[in-house]
Amino acid sequence: MESMETTRSTEPQGFLDWLTTGVGRVLVSLIVPLITFVVMWQGFIFLRDGNAPKLVTVLIAIVWGVGGVGILFLMTNWLVEQMSDEWTGKLRPYVFIGPALAILGWYLFIPTLRTLWASFFDARTQNFVGLDNYVYALTDPIMLESFRNNLLWLVFGTSFSVGFGLLIAILADRSKFETIAKSLIFLPMAISFVGAGVIWRFIYFYKPPGQEQIGLLNAILDLVGGQPQAWLTLRPWNNLFLIAILVWLQTGYAMVLLSAALKGVPEDLLEAGRIDGASETQIFFNILIPYIKGTIVTVGTTILILTLKIFDIVFVMTNGNHGTEVIASQQYKQMFRFAHFGRGASVAIVLLIAVLPVMWYNLKQFGEQEAF
Amino acid sequence: MGMKQRKTISDIVVNGVLLFLCLVWTLPTFGLLVSSFRYKDEVRRTGWWTAFSTQRESETPRFVLDNYLEVLMGRDFTYTSATGAEVRASGDDLSQAFLNSIAVTVPATVIPILIAAFAAYGFAWMDFPGRKVFFTIVVGLLVVPLQIALIPILRDYTLLQLNGTFLAIWLAHTGFGLPLATYLLYNYISNLPRDILESAFMDGASHFTTFIRLILPLSMPALASFAIFQFLWVWNDLLVALVFLGARPDVAVLTQRLQEMVGSRGQDWHLLTAGAFITMILPLTVFFSLQRYFVRGLLAGSVKG
Repeated sequence: MESMETTRSTEPQGFLDWLTTGVGRVLVSLIVPLITFVVMWQGFIFLRDGNAPKLVTVLIAIVWGVGGVGILFLMTNWLVEQMSDEWTGKLRPYVFIGPALAILGWYLFIPTLRTLWASFFDARTQNFVGLDNYVYALTDPIMLESFRNNLLWLVFGTSFSVGFGLLIAILADRSKFETIAKSLIFLPMAISFVGAGVIWRFIYFYKPPGQEQIGLLNAILDLVGGQPQAWLTLRPWNNLFLIAILVWLQTGYAMVLLSAALKGVPEDLLEAGRIDGASETQIFFNILIPYIKGTIVTVGTTILILTLKIFDIVFVMTNGNHGTEVIASQQYKQMFRFAHFGRGASVAIVLLIAVLPVMWYNLKQFGEQEAF
Repeated sequence: MGMKQRKTISDIVVNGVLLFLCLVWTLPTFGLLVSSFRYKDEVRRTGWWTAFSTQRESETPRFVLDNYLEVLMGRDFTYTSATGAEVRASGDDLSQAFLNSIAVTVPATVIPILIAAFAAYGFAWMDFPGRKVFFTIVVGLLVVPLQIALIPILRDYTLLQLNGTFLAIWLAHTGFGLPLATYLLYNYISNLPRDILESAFMDGASHFTTFIRLILPLSMPALASFAIFQFLWVWNDLLVALVFLGARPDVAVLTQRLQEMVGSRGQDWHLLTAGAFITMILPLTVFFSLQRYFVRGLLAGSVKG
């Protein structure tokens, strides 16, 4: 109240002073977010409905999106600092972690529960159907085919990626061309599954016998006198030809991690083994492998999770035809082609159950960390 | 056999096998690159490896830029079909999709990093009720497959009329990238020396200023590692784009357009190869110029879902 009095008495330049008073503070605290919100909303409408040239839209989108998040942080921090010290102290941590928690909640945590809920209902989530969707997910022939194929992806995709990664890491370690070799093997990591799909469709391309083959694989086969094959429709081997693409993409990742682990093996340990008369093979299996076991498990688990969720490669290469269907592709089709949200949800839950052991392991590891 | 001889033989074997594997790994991309520059009739007729042969029957130029112009500019073009008829086809206009990809990828990389860095700082240097519970949830969410979120989020977006907007896909990528981002940045930020922060607080700096002025610059290596990770992931993503942008063709990103081309032009290898290379050019550049940071990020990371 006292401050209100002083404000009135110094009328001419009083406005700025007035802003710092109690009422002024509240008003400003309301107006600033309101203006921010209106500006952001206008930006959103412009981006959604505007017809500006693409380049302008893109630039505005980037500035609006990145700047918007920055402003939101600045604003919430400013708002919290307007409060009494006690509240500032209490609320400040949530300025920092609040946005992350809100988004994680909206995009991952709550959706998991909502998908679980939807999996017990019919196509449009209107009538309760009990376990019907799960019966479908676990007994339908196309789902069974998907499970079989995902198992192939899991076993062959993971083991070949890790195996080749380890082989190349070991070879590169002993070669003068280590850097360039590793770069070349690593390169496909930058390529999308769709891009890789095009690359490998070209390699597997088939023309009837008698014509000049333009696909690399059939051309090689032609050269050695074999019959050209339509690789992508060749059941059940076509699954392995699709898995080869994943191996091509992921070996670089395995190699980088395993190579770093190998370099961490103490030289004394290897030297001691050699002095004891161990052969290189014995050193490999009895010293190297046990030493880098942890990394092998990490790399293997990461690729394993990737194979469970494999989607793009199958979607682009065969669209799940010719016996190559996988779980994630079925999930997509249930949602968008058949508009059966109940089945789509139950298939997603099956995927979640498949990764639960890894989640449990991660949580256990984290729980054992003393530092937190 | 002497030690020296054995060493030479083992050197030859090691380098020989390595060379072979490198060839196998490189040839697919190399073949794509060569084909994308070849004359369209030749791509369809002969293998890409013949492009370097010294005896060529054809009088057309060995390498041309036409394929790129066609897929990028959407220029109409004519070609002779199998039946001998002249066919006119409209181009693919990937340049628009390229810009869309940039509009999707840049914010979808920066936003999660910013939000995750704030959260990582909060978890590392602030005390509040529920700190451990919340972080345990972050760790638990690391491997949750994003498929689980597609149906609920799609429903929310339909309700909010967000489908097919950039905001929709930025937020989705932010949500799916946040657990790993928070986890990685927490590992880095919590290991920064405590006295740096304490001296900042001594000087009367608030948490907010300390974070902006001190922690963010110090965390640049970790931020860069994750930025490359997230950039490659978002740029190369197909599923999230299909689900949340699929309703509006004018905002389609490169992976969507390339996937459509595979469906509609499955035999037009001169266009597919050029199109595929256009989708790859930016990630490959980023990848090679920042490979060191990327590798560091991979080594620091754990299992991502």
